[in-house]
Amino acid sequence: MSDRAGTGDSPLVLEHEDRPELRHHFADVVQQRNAASLGMWWFLGTEIMFFGGMFCGYLVYRRAYFPDFAAGSRSLNLIAGTLNTAVLICSSLTVALAVRASQLGKRKQLVNLLLATIFFGVCFLAIKGYEWRDEYIHHHVPTFYFDAHDLVRENPNLHLDPQHTKIFFSLYFALTGVHALHMIVGIGIFSVITFMAWRGKFNPEYHTPVEIAGLYWHFVDIVWIYLFPLLYLIDRRPGA
Amino acid sequence: MATAAVSTERKNYLNAEYGIRSWLLTTDHKRIALLYLISITFFFFVGGFFALLIRLELLTPAGDLLTADMYNKAFTMHGQIMVFFFLIPSIPAVLGNFLIPMMIGAKDLAFPRINLLSWYIYIIAGGLYLHCLVSGGVDTGWTFYTPYSSLFSNTHVIEAGLSIFIVGFSSILTGLNFVVTVHRMRAPGMTWSRLPLFVWSHYATSIIMLLGTPVIAITLLLVVLERTLNLGIFDPSRGGDPVLFQHLFWFYSHPAVYIMILPSMAVISEIVPCFSRKRVFGYSFIAASSIAIAAIGFLVWAHHMFVAGISLYSALVFSFLSFLVAVPSAVKIFNWTATMYKGSVSFSTPMLYAFGFIGLFTIGGLTGLFLATLGVDVHVHDTYFVIAHFHYVMVGGAVMGYLGGIHFWWPKISGRMYPEAWGRLAALIVFLGFNLTFFPQFIVGYLGMPRRYWQYPPEFQVYNVLSTAGASILAVGYLLPMVYLLWSLRYGKPAPDNPWQATGLEWRTSSPPPTFNFEETPEVTWEAYEYDTMPMPDEVTLER
Amino acid sequence: MFDNFPLWPTSASVHARYEDWLFIFLTVVSAAMTLLIFATVAIFAMKYRRRHGREATQIEGSLLLEIGWSIAPLGIMMIMFVAGALLYFRMRTPPTDSDQVYVVAKQWMWKLQHMEGPREINQLHVPINRDIELIMTSQDVIHSFYVPAFRVKQDVLPGRYTTLWFRATRTGTYHLFCAQYCGTMHSGMIGEVVVMDPRDYQAWMTSGAPSGTLAQTGATLFMQLGCNTCHNMEVQGRGPNLTGVYGHPVQLEDGRVVTADENYIRESILQPAAKIVSGFKPIMPSWQGQVNEEQLNQLIAYIKSLSPAPEGQASTSGPPGGNPENQETK
Repeated sequence: MSDRAGTGDSPLVLEHEDRPELRHHFADVVQQRNAASLGMWWFLGTEIMFFGGMFCGYLVYRRAYFPDFAAGSRSLNLIAGTLNTAVLICSSLTVALAVRASQLGKRKQLVNLLLATIFFGVCFLAIKGYEWRDEYIHHHVPTFYFDAHDLVRENPNLHLDPQHTKIFFSLYFALTGVHALHMIVGIGIFSVITFMAWRGKFNPEYHTPVEIAGLYWHFVDIVWIYLFPLLYLIDRRPGA
Repeated sequence: MATAAVSTERKNYLNAEYGIRSWLLTTDHKRIALLYLISITFFFFVGGFFALLIRLELLTPAGDLLTADMYNKAFTMHGQIMVFFFLIPSIPAVLGNFLIPMMIGAKDLAFPRINLLSWYIYIIAGGLYLHCLVSGGVDTGWTFYTPYSSLFSNTHVIEAGLSIFIVGFSSILTGLNFVVTVHRMRAPGMTWSRLPLFVWSHYATSIIMLLGTPVIAITLLLVVLERTLNLGIFDPSRGGDPVLFQHLFWFYSHPAVYIMILPSMAVISEIVPCFSRKRVFGYSFIAASSIAIAAIGFLVWAHHMFVAGISLYSALVFSFLSFLVAVPSAVKIFNWTATMYKGSVSFSTPMLYAFGFIGLFTIGGLTGLFLATLGVDVHVHDTYFVIAHFHYVMVGGAVMGYLGGIHFWWPKISGRMYPEAWGRLAALIVFLGFNLTFFPQFIVGYLGMPRRYWQYPPEFQVYNVLSTAGASILAVGYLLPMVYLLWSLRYGKPAPDNPWQATGLEWRTSSPPPTFNFEETPEVTWEAYEYDTMPMPDEVTLER
Repeated sequence: MFDNFPLWPTSASVHARYEDWLFIFLTVVSAAMTLLIFATVAIFAMKYRRRHGREATQIEGSLLLEIGWSIAPLGIMMIMFVAGALLYFRMRTPPTDSDQVYVVAKQWMWKLQHMEGPREINQLHVPINRDIELIMTSQDVIHSFYVPAFRVKQDVLPGRYTTLWFRATRTGTYHLFCAQYCGTMHSGMIGEVVVMDPRDYQAWMTSGAPSGTLAQTGATLFMQLGCNTCHNMEVQGRGPNLTGVYGHPVQLEDGRVVTADENYIRESILQPAAKIVSGFKPIMPSWQGQVNEEQLNQLIAYIKSLSPAPEGQASTSGPPGGNPENQETK
């Protein structure tokens, strides 16, 4: 890199020459790894606040319009949601195993596990997309064409207000939409990581990208672990 | 090649490489700081232009210069540009970016490419905002209050909202970089208790950026979705709650005030000891007060909503906490003042700005107590009293600190000395112009003139004329430094490495610094602000 | 003398006097603090200005000073806090026997209606030395009712009621401003409050075209809309008897107890299913979009007129099942 010209005689640059992955401004690999992982942890803190704003709105309105939220929640596809939860938990397992594989330097296993993770991620999005399509058909997407009168008819004794049900669906689509966006970003990151792993960029001394991408993936999973009960399981009873 | 260059002219970050590519693709934190300097200066003058329009319109009680809609757009865009495109990035992204790695003895920030990315995000957001501006602008007020912004405004709310959504990520990434850098990149011996207070303050600022910004991002996103998809989350006619928006908005936007003022306090904490030749008084208390401000600052947001229909008891709690957050700010003021005691005080330009900061921030902070006092806030809320208060904090405080910092580190940034006499003159003009502009607004606010008024009853005119007169003086005060600082780039006296004989690590490298800041990684064996070990600065080199 | 250059706003209400004293106290304390800091900075800067041959004396800091200058300001601030909170509590708690005026704000106009019937636009006539309570709502965006001479301000929100009260102490005409930015003609959403002697006020009240009181208009509307087919005031119909409901706790179907205030009645008209009274079926249709804000105010005024006199409004002390007894006595 040309910006090293100024310190061509610096011992630090020489020291780095045998470590292509070590960026010029770090003293050693440990510092670089610690910086990267701390950065990811703080970034996840930011992400919690990002979802936090919506969770806050969710809590306010769920308390105010509980029957509408419950009815909206019951109309969601519980099987698809449960399946997606299982898919994501599996993907977290493959990520955890992938990090382990990278620490042990098992390249082939690493690539396979990363591919499995991507596969699960795509599965999740496919199932989610199927659900959204279903809700689109039922006019439950909160746009100008929103229509919740089917829910009002199905629950005659609850006296739902379609507008309040719409708030549930607004939050449902905002939360799952932003979550899905995070999944797409995650799949993108893992595609790059897989490519890097396939090229043999990682070894037991250097596997920070796998680790911090894993942190991100686990976070996106955890968000879903909260979303699933909050959105799908508001008021599920046998026979309800 | 390197040795040959050294013999003629010392290699530094400015002349290490040439060409536009070397700037636009740089990962050097100092060059990125300069990119930010240029961009925020641009936005400062765009925002200032709107301020000028506002002041000219208010010269007479009738709405005669602008139409009502144009006036509403002018104050909205003045606010949004100044807050999101100037004040929030100002000191952190320019001075913080430039100095934090040097102050802790690092070669760069932890994530140089993310640092560059944050500038690009800023530029994209800024471009989008400018596009919004030229295509008609936005008239919601900088606060985007619903349901006006979500249902009633016919202006470019979506574009403005999206651009502020985007610029938020620039600020998040900057904050992320600072936090990780402070944690992980300190030179050997640079313990937490040896960190310059500049770094402590920026650390607190970064935490607010990280934890506050995403909330406004999602809030503005919801407003955008409300407008595009007709969600109804903030629409009362469909069961939504417009006050929820205010809660979410102020949850970020009150701490955002601390994003603006903490970095300015950071600068003052460097200038005052240096020009008093003394170790700063109560180091640990100033450091702790920064963290306290960041922490308590997250718990006071609803003091913007005392008349918005929140419950009596929550108003009580928020009023109490708002008083509490005043304590750490007061502690800082007292400590800076005490630092001068038995010092050797010089009246150089940066110190004049520091004096200005202490004076104006004191007034700004104390009038904040009026607003925290529930019964008084009912009367002065949403009047010019509030306008005067937050301009004393944000312009009197943050901008004074910013200008003081620019002058203080100008020799390090540019390698040139600025003309001291002009510097002092400009500081004086800014101070006088500022007070003339904003002090009358306290009075006209208490008299009851509401904010965001395009036309107003004639009995308020005298104060508005004074204010406008002050604003024109202030404009001169702001243009002057730009002129002589640019002039000094070419004609200024070459700066020595440490013209002020200051203690910070950034002064122990050459001016301007080399690309990697230090020829070799420094090892810190001294405490912060050990001014007794430094020689007195040579006054002759300072006076042009 | 200061007609065009006023230094102090007119004080024309009970709140204003209290608020002015508080403001003066705050100003004196702040001015003293400002002077103290300015003087200290100036003295230190001059006395210890840089001279040849004099070195600075290094001082670490002082724990005692730090604690002192943290605690002392906090103490003074707690006085401000308590005094401000007391005034705020007073401002937010209207007296029970105040005269009520309904306010509907819209872009960019204030519409007011007195209980006695007269309607006004951008003008409010009130008698001196009477407690006036405003019950306010907005038709569109958020506005804010602000009378500087009374030192009172309250945001006016769409979709719910907020209240504000004052007791004018000086006759005269005072500014009424909208303080919350509400769009293009925000600065044109102004008006005046006219404080009159009781005799003048009576004359003004009777001068306009005769119109029924707000409650009477509401009663007529109540019949027109057919509310009385279910809400029968003689016997218990399909809907609850509304006599004596206002200001009293109501037992709900789901076990909760709410106080029947303006916001509750409003919600019961617009979203009847939201809070069902214990023992009734949720059969009432929603009137959302079918009655406007002013009609709502009339209906609420009518329902309020069915409640006993103010001295019986000890709503907080009444037992949850208090209203059926009232119904029986009627």
